[in-house]
Amino acid sequence: MTKKIVVTGLGATTPLGGDVRTTWNRLLSGQSGIRTIEAEWIAKHEVPVTFAGQAAVPAAEILTPQEIKRLDPSSQFALISAREAWADAGSPTVTPERFAVEYSTGIGGVWTLLDAYETLNERGPRRVLPMTVPMLMPNGPAAAIGMDLAARGGVRTAVSACASSTEAISNAYNRLQTGEVDIVIAGGCEAAIHALPLSAFAAMHALSKRNDDPAAASRPYDANRDGFVMGEGGASLVLETEEHALARGAKIYAELAGGAVTSDAYHITAPDPEGSGAARAVLATLAQAGATIEDVKHINAHATSTPVGDIAEYNALKRVFGDLLASIPVTATKSSTGHLLGAAGAVEAIFTILALHENKIPPTINLDDQDPEIPLDVVTSPRGIEGEKALAISNSFGFGGHNAVVAFRRF
Amino acid sequence: MAHSQADVLAGLAEIVNDETGIATDAVQMDKHFTNDLDIDSISMMTIVVNCEDRFGVKIPDEEVKNLNTVADAVNFIVSAS
Repeated sequence: MTKKIVVTGLGATTPLGGDVRTTWNRLLSGQSGIRTIEAEWIAKHEVPVTFAGQAAVPAAEILTPQEIKRLDPSSQFALISAREAWADAGSPTVTPERFAVEYSTGIGGVWTLLDAYETLNERGPRRVLPMTVPMLMPNGPAAAIGMDLAARGGVRTAVSACASSTEAISNAYNRLQTGEVDIVIAGGCEAAIHALPLSAFAAMHALSKRNDDPAAASRPYDANRDGFVMGEGGASLVLETEEHALARGAKIYAELAGGAVTSDAYHITAPDPEGSGAARAVLATLAQAGATIEDVKHINAHATSTPVGDIAEYNALKRVFGDLLASIPVTATKSSTGHLLGAAGAVEAIFTILALHENKIPPTINLDDQDPEIPLDVVTSPRGIEGEKALAISNSFGFGGHNAVVAFRRF
Repeated sequence: MAHSQADVLAGLAEIVNDETGIATDAVQMDKHFTNDLDIDSISMMTIVVNCEDRFGVKIPDEEVKNLNTVADAVNFIVSAS
């Protein structure tokens, strides 16, 4: 029998704020978290893109000096968001063996790796930190959360580029359905605003080059969009079976109604222009949710602000929803946060959950001149969602042809 | 350059505090790194390298396993400096 899975805790540190509430309020008021990067390495390496969505509150202001020293920045964001989510869920007493972690990153400990390589070159192998390997490994953030909160029911890391944390939430859904665990912390983190990833994404012409106007650079669906903007941070959801949540009297934000993952097998970076893989992911998610396309009352789109990506996603949605699509309010919150890569899906899942819970779809900013090839109903000022059992979906796609979709239902 | 035992103890305590957060006044000569201070082998390697930099000494890897107590480390550094 299918169990009902519910969301009972939220945590996030993002370019908009150091917690969920600040992030959400700034998102609703149409603010941008994108700024010029004030760091000496921009000039040193002549990095062609000089702006990004850096975390609004540095991790060092929240964690202890020892935690900062022993954790890669990606794991620092992971821990901050997981602790907030766990506290938000009421810091429940749980059976450690029935508590799991599904926590992702797109890139992993890139700062640690590159800093260590610099140390190796400049000071030799003996000065390379002994903690380098556990800090750079992609499962490091999940392991840090599992250790901190004593989760012994399995700690796993899905890695699928920018689809990673949506896949993690989908995996958490499936894990809870098996009955092996009662409660899962799911989400993702990223801390890759470093000269090398910025240069590499710029080399493939994926990033916006709007150096003179950072806050206007992330503009999904706008005719003048020219690429995505890198963001960083972490986001966590506490997910549990309804039975477990009700037994402990937890507050419930929404139901996690389903999630699915598909792959394109089309091109390593380009989305399938027909969007068939993405469409299959949406349909599989709806099937898992026991829902039809008519039940979907809101879409938080992947919409990264790249010229081809936004159209490919539109084509996929058109394939699924047909004429109905024109009446579904869509938002592209990367316009405010930038693209948090492996954390993006978890951040946007939180926005989707809060849109249902607080009845406010957050706006898409910078939409000055909507691309006529993408005739979506884009929400540009907060709007409500109708329906006692309204369903909302959040999409994430990643290099490698990964498509991941999750659906939340008003509870 | 020779260092006094008191200087080395104070410097080591700062290094231990920086790496682990253990209060400097808890780093006493009779304390065992593992049993009393709960310092793991990975932290110990970082502490050793930081001691080398601070006191200008070389602490060979094969010597590290003999540095069980704070006194072992302080005495080794004093005699090597």
